[in-house]
Amino acid sequence: MEKALKRWFPLFVLPTLVAFIIGFIWPFIQGVYLSFCQFTTIDRTTFVGVQNYVNAFQDAEFGSAFRFTVSFAVVSTILINVLAFLLALALTQKMRGTNIFRTVFFMPNLIGGIVLGYIWQILINAVLSNLGQPLLALNSKAGYWGIIILMCWQQIGYMMIIYISGLQNVPGDLIEAASIDGATPLQTLFKIKLPMVMPSITICLFLTITNSFKLFDQNLALTAGEPAHATEMLALNIYNTFYFRAGPQWKGIGQAKAVIFFVLVVAIALIQLRATRSKEVQQ
Amino acid sequence: MKKKNGIGLLGTIFFSVLAALYMYPIVMVVLNSLKVETAISTSGAFELPTGETFAGLTNFVSAISSQGFLKSLFYSVFITVTSVGLILLCCSMCAWYINRVHNLISKLMYLLCAFSMVVPFQMVMFTLSNTADKLDIFGLRFNNPYTICFIYLGFGAGLAVFMFSGFMKSIPLEIEEAAMIDGCSPLQIYFKIVLPILKPTMISVGVLEAMWVWNDYLLPTLVLDIKKYRTIPMLIQYFRGSYGKVEMGPMMACIVMTVLPIVIIYIAGQKHIIKGVLDGSVKG
Repeated sequence: MEKALKRWFPLFVLPTLVAFIIGFIWPFIQGVYLSFCQFTTIDRTTFVGVQNYVNAFQDAEFGSAFRFTVSFAVVSTILINVLAFLLALALTQKMRGTNIFRTVFFMPNLIGGIVLGYIWQILINAVLSNLGQPLLALNSKAGYWGIIILMCWQQIGYMMIIYISGLQNVPGDLIEAASIDGATPLQTLFKIKLPMVMPSITICLFLTITNSFKLFDQNLALTAGEPAHATEMLALNIYNTFYFRAGPQWKGIGQAKAVIFFVLVVAIALIQLRATRSKEVQQ
Repeated sequence: MKKKNGIGLLGTIFFSVLAALYMYPIVMVVLNSLKVETAISTSGAFELPTGETFAGLTNFVSAISSQGFLKSLFYSVFITVTSVGLILLCCSMCAWYINRVHNLISKLMYLLCAFSMVVPFQMVMFTLSNTADKLDIFGLRFNNPYTICFIYLGFGAGLAVFMFSGFMKSIPLEIEEAAMIDGCSPLQIYFKIVLPILKPTMISVGVLEAMWVWNDYLLPTLVLDIKKYRTIPMLIQYFRGSYGKVEMGPMMACIVMTVLPIVIIYIAGQKHIIKGVLDGSVKG
């Protein structure tokens, strides 16, 4: 069969392969190369070595975007996962309406980042103006917490669904055995349920951390980095470096930032996967 | 075994209130979209529309007639449907091939697909939009809403091939071999045997890719000419751009018209959507 199928390569693989090369592989290779060049268009490039990387690390805005992103990622990852897990625990109890509640909490996840950003901008600005505080465009503290609240609102439902499916896979006889042995509900939670849903925790941490680092649409729509780049995250900073900074050197620096960003995301994902995988138990 | 002493009625009441609060941001936009332009203010977003400020559907009419909402809706629907269709067909065929034919290309393709899922879009943002702008294959350009689907096929291939491959491993080879002996060509085997077995995975992959393409903002913004073509996320961002005063009423109406179909589709296909999201999360 392998032989017969081999002849069909052009039909089965070629369309995807060509699109994959045009849409991903070629831009990726070109991107790595261009991070070592100065350029304004792709046709006119001069090789400058690691100069772009040096400039990227010296760019104060990039540094502040990095700090903002890390602090956002840590806080939002913890908040989202704790709240989603608590919700999942509650909604797997015997109670009327759990299905409706699950439906409602999951819904925001389907709405796109740009739309979510505007909905929350309207809401947060309304709250701020009623409290007599400066609006989002001038208020970096509100911007920071605004993005965190927005991301919680969007992602809690998603993570809740994953935790629910993990909790439902915990074998009932284990919990029964524990309760016969006299375990309190709290002990059951920490000694049985938590270790058993470790695979779900791995997945959810992976998703929330990478989503937090890659966040762009919500950041653009909610604050657009205002005031004065104080709420600008890495992805938005790279975008602005490419398209809104005057001077021939910035596109190269933007590409260098993008490579740094890429390495960072991959490194975090790998470290995090290894760390939580080692804590998983076999069923 | 579920616990017998669940949290009962009190829990139901508590979560009903919480769920209502959770939905409030959307309700608020719906209420504001029904107000007249002058009544929509930053601080008054919480006020309900009253007799004087109630605008009926005028905001919706003006969003459709003067802001080009229908055109954007058409582009968004077209791009989403075509891209997802292309991704499902091409990527499932590709995944079948690389799981059945064991050579270097197959292995490489699989690894690259897995790799492409962690790469942030900003890494290829500039070069991809440049490629899409410049590339000209016998007069075929990639900077319009009809061919951008091909770019989506390339960028969505990672997740799709990866997920299809994962499922493909569980299909017993014997069925396909039996069909082969009976004289089926690979094309017939694919369409008559593999495709029907793949159907549940198809739905999951379709849900995930559709959610991504429908909500995607950056790729169409960079690739398409914003003066000519605007998808819905682009339209909403464009509203607020530096083009004079922002008309809040029609913008709210646009948001409502974007969100409501999603809510309706979600409620109708909830089972599939949640299964799709769960299947997709296993990739972690």
